[in-house]
Amino acid sequence: MESPGIILAFFALSGLTATSALLVLVARNLMHALVFLVVSFLGMAGLFLTLSADFIAVAQILIYAGSISVLMVFAVMLTPLASRNNGSTLYVIPALLAAGGLSNIIGFIAIDTDWDERKGEVLAQSDFTTTVAGIGDLLLGKYILAFEVASVLLLFALLGAIVLVQERRRAGEEA
Amino acid sequence: MPPIPAIQDLSITLAHYLGLAGTIFAIGTVIALSKRNAVAVLMGIELMLNAVNLTVLAFSRFGAGFDRTGSAPLDGHVFVVFVLTVAAAEAAVALAMAVLVYRRRETIDLDRVNLMRW
Repeated sequence: MESPGIILAFFALSGLTATSALLVLVARNLMHALVFLVVSFLGMAGLFLTLSADFIAVAQILIYAGSISVLMVFAVMLTPLASRNNGSTLYVIPALLAAGGLSNIIGFIAIDTDWDERKGEVLAQSDFTTTVAGIGDLLLGKYILAFEVASVLLLFALLGAIVLVQERRRAGEEA
Repeated sequence: MPPIPAIQDLSITLAHYLGLAGTIFAIGTVIALSKRNAVAVLMGIELMLNAVNLTVLAFSRFGAGFDRTGSAPLDGHVFVVFVLTVAAAEAAVALAMAVLVYRRRETIDLDRVNLMRW
């Protein structure tokens, strides 16, 4: 990944993603935090594109930036204006300490370990043309059982969400 | 595009992606642990899942393994597809629970949802 386009794209997109993730943390208004979260998801989709993951990038835009953010907008809009602030509890200090330690450990391991990764010519040789056909083959071949379990999970999540929020009528109040 | 000497030394490696994913995971952890609002906590969890997806895809891109046919392995991509599925299901159920808690207790401030406190 030596081409200047990839390098510039990586640094621009990582700056965008990390900055908007930080703004989710510090934004005062929950709606603003939600908008920054969507920007962060879109930057993450761009990062997936720099990793030649075209299908995942599009799925990220559709599922995260599209539907999950719309769900969150609904949840925010269903609560009144008064509870729409984005305040933190007192736990923010231990949380910051723990997360700082965590990211330091991850960064140290990432830099210090010899990953034996592909680079240069070998990496350029294995550029994916498109990943959609390969993902489809794996999903309906090697991972068919997990695929079916995921479909059952989605069905039950759908049912669970509906059952949770439906208005129950009290006994003797039949419509 | 031909390499430009001035920025050629900045070549992107696996460590770059892992460091970025660690940073975003840490930010998501802080949000999930410290926010009052249930929806904001869910935002932090989604950020953490996103960082994990980035890690898996980076390993899929830079990993040294090839399968027998010589093509690049896509198993990491399939795992990310499953993570996306589970994240969508989890977001739907969690937001339904947030709406339910608001309906019962008139708040989704997690400090005030303390029915199970001893």
